[in-house]
Order: sequence, then structure tokens, then C-alpha cells
Amino acid sequence: MLAAASTAAVVVAIAMLVPRAAGWPSVEERFFSREAFLEALPQVWAAIGLNVRIFLIAEAIILVTSLTVAVIRSSRSPLLFPLRAAVTVYVHVVRGVPLILVLFLFGFGVPALRLEGVTNDQTFWAIAALVFGYTPYVSEVFRAGIASIHESQRAAARSLGLSSWQTLRFVVLPQATRRVIPPLLNDFVALQKDSALVAFLGPIDAFRRSQIIVSSSFNYTPYLAASLIFIAFTVPLALLTDWLIARQQRRTTSGAVR
Amino acid sequence: MTPMSPASGPKLVLEGVHKAFGELAVLTGVDLAVTEHQVVSLIGASGSGKSTLLRCVNLLEAIDDGRILLDGDEISEPGRPADPVRRRIGIVFQSFNLFPHLSVLDNVTLAPHRVLGRPRREARAAALELLGRFGLADKAGDYPDRLSGGQQQRVAIVRALAMDPELMLLDEITSALDPELVGEVLAIVRELKDQGMTMLLATHEMAFAREISDVVVFLDEGRVVEQGPPSRLFADPSEERTRRFLARIVEGGRLG
Repeated sequence: MLAAASTAAVVVAIAMLVPRAAGWPSVEERFFSREAFLEALPQVWAAIGLNVRIFLIAEAIILVTSLTVAVIRSSRSPLLFPLRAAVTVYVHVVRGVPLILVLFLFGFGVPALRLEGVTNDQTFWAIAALVFGYTPYVSEVFRAGIASIHESQRAAARSLGLSSWQTLRFVVLPQATRRVIPPLLNDFVALQKDSALVAFLGPIDAFRRSQIIVSSSFNYTPYLAASLIFIAFTVPLALLTDWLIARQQRRTTSGAVR
Repeated sequence: MTPMSPASGPKLVLEGVHKAFGELAVLTGVDLAVTEHQVVSLIGASGSGKSTLLRCVNLLEAIDDGRILLDGDEISEPGRPADPVRRRIGIVFQSFNLFPHLSVLDNVTLAPHRVLGRPRREARAAALELLGRFGLADKAGDYPDRLSGGQQQRVAIVRALAMDPELMLLDEITSALDPELVGEVLAIVRELKDQGMTMLLATHEMAFAREISDVVVFLDEGRVVEQGPPSRLFADPSEERTRRFLARIVEGGRLG
């Protein structure tokens, strides 16, 4: 109740104060034009398909690559040390590199090598760059999940005769992945927006389409249309996250850590 | 259960077992033998090495020196695969350690199905039968969080039994339970003894140790100070340290 009242008060204050600003009429015209919005929306909407395709494919691949990286980094076998070291360097280096650089490297660098049988398709290289650039972040989320499973769970599994691989597969990972669903989907929301970076390589996505309209009309409202469309995809993902967590808690009564 | 043939050696033997965690020496030369169908209780103060000893037997901890023999076979040999040994030895922990993401039934069938390769249907039938025998049939579909501590510990015992172990290790299995739940868990241990299960247990329940054990072993500072049948060890300990330990327990009201 109190929350609703205070929220309403803030909204009303903003709605009353902002239009009083001297520059409001021109801002309204440039950013919130009704006509420009209605004109841009169908065109921008038509271009969002590329974004959706890119982030869905990238997300599916990232789940596999980042889980693999996390499992390697969480391994303890001395035999795997070289692999563990290589993967650790990859995670630290790539996290420090701006994503746009990775994108240019993949999108312009690799095709420039003119390798036999290697595609020049920009969408392909955009997805590859997103996978390469996002895997380190998402793998750290998985790694935190794996580390959060208490040693006693491993001991219980090993004492039943399960191998270290079976322990990981049937005891550690199922619990770890459930725990990290919220931060994982958080990274995926960021990825959905970063799918707009593909425009730098050439393909016309929703953001690029709105940019094209803006440059011909000198009105920024198409950006608003693009934003709303991106929000339309991230909000359901957030709701899905909440629903998954709620279902999980109902099933086991509580998500209590043991 | 068939009676033990007089020719067969002990089920489990520990010879001069040493274990240290860094600077901290936990086991400093333990010698111990458990004969088939025997129940042997380890008593001693917290930190005397009881739990570590059990974890070493199950190869959850590697020993630094000495030997552990199961049916005369040295299982503690460095580099020897641990999984086949662990399959033969069941362990139940103080904190239950059930798998919270699996139902009671799946907790019990995981290892028989995945480790012994039993068909799922067969493993389920066997698990339901075992759960039924210990009054848990109606809990098969529940998740561990819904169960009381006593029920959880009974499920943990059933989970270990589902692997048909030759030896059971019980690590202070009632220490994390509310007093009114201790009885139901101890009743299961009694039943296992009646069926001839070979058991090595660490416990603080002196009355129970006295009742159920064939041999009671008093550990202090990582070493066996004294062992013998409970009637003698509790009534007339020959070592001064045992006497002092038991006197403290009596003062604490733990010896019924």
C-alpha cells in the first residue's frame, strides 16, 4: 500500500515537473513523437527477427561452452592442469577485452584471412563473437554455483561408489545450475541487448534499422521504438526466471542450503 | 545370516594407521579389527579421531602411514581405485547429506542404478521394499527438506543399505537429531545388528554403545587407548584415561 502510494507520488511529480522544463516541447517532438513512433515501429519490429535469431542461437551455445569452461576450471585432477591453465587465461583475458573488439576481430579479422571453406557470413561471425565474449562471464556464474555445493554432498556421492564424473553429473551440477538461474538469465538479458552490436558488422538488426530511420528523419523517436521492443523481450525472460525460482522452491519446500 | 566360519579372518583390519591434516596429527597409529557380524563402537572426546577414522576406512581421506585391510585385502594402497571399495562399504554421516534435489526414492536408487547398473525399475522396486521395511514407504515421493531429521537419517541409512554393503560405518548418526528423534534411528541400527550386519560406529550415545556393541573402543589423541566388551570397559576400565573420560560422561548425564 505504502509502496504503491509513494510510487504514484514520484510518477506524478515527474510527469508534472518534466513538461514544465523550458526545452520540453522540442524534446517531446524529437524523442516522443507519436507519428514518428507509429511509422517506425513496424519497420523496427520487422528487423528484430535477426536479433532474436542471434541471441537464441548464441545463448544455446553459451550454455554448453560456459558450463564446459566452468567444469574444467572446477576440476582438481592434476592431469587436467594444462587445460585448466589455458581456460583460466582465456577467462581473464577475454573478460578484460571490450566486446566490440572481439566482434571486429571475428567479423572483419577472420574473413580477411581468406581461409578456404570458411564462411564470410557476418551473422555467423557475430554469433561466434558473442559466444566467445560472453562465455567467460557465464562460466564464472556456473563456477560459483559449483563451488557453492557443500563438500559433504560430494563425500556422500563418492561414498556410494559414484565416480567423480557421476558425482558431478548427478549430484553437483543439477544443484549448481538451479542455484545460478537468476544470475545466468541476468547475463542473458545483457546478451539480448548486445545482439544489437551485430549492426557494426553490417547486418541490419532492429537497432540499426531505427538508426537508419533516425538519420533520414532527424527524429530520435525510432530509438524509443527499438528500446520498447528490446524490453518486450527481456521482461518475459525476467518473469520466466521468477517463475522458475518459485516452482523450484515449491517443489523442495525451501531452497535451503545444506 | 550364516554364522561366520572360524577360519575366516576379520572383516576389517587397521594397522598402525596415521593421518594428519597439515600440522594437525589426527590419527597417530591406530590398530583395530572388526570381525564379520560384529558391532564395534568408537567412543572418545570430540577431536579424538573417530570421524576421521571412519572416513579413512571409506577412503574419503587418504592415510599417511599404515594399512587398512578389507577381507585381508589392502584397500589403502596408494593409487588403488577407490570406487570399487566404496561400493562395498556403506557410510552414514552425522549431517545426513541427502541429495536435496532428488526425491527420497531417487536418493536411494541413484547409486544402485548408476553404479551397480541395475535397471531403473528393479532398483525402484528394491528401494521401495527397503523404505517400507523402515517405515518410510509413504515418503518415497517427498523431497528431503520435507522430512524430519529422524526421517532424513533413516533415508540416509536406507540409501547406504541399497548398495548391499558388507560393512556399515555410522558416523555419530544421532548427534544432529533432536532428542525425541534419536530413538527411531537407533531402532534401525538394532535391527541391522539382528540381521548380522557388520558395523563400525562412532557415537556419543554411551548407553546405546553399551547395549549394542560387541566391542567398545576408546580413542584418545588419535590412538586406541583401550578396547573390550562393553560390560567390562564401562564397568571396569583398566586405563586411567578411559576412567577419566567415562567419569566426565557420567557427570554430564550421558551414561544412562
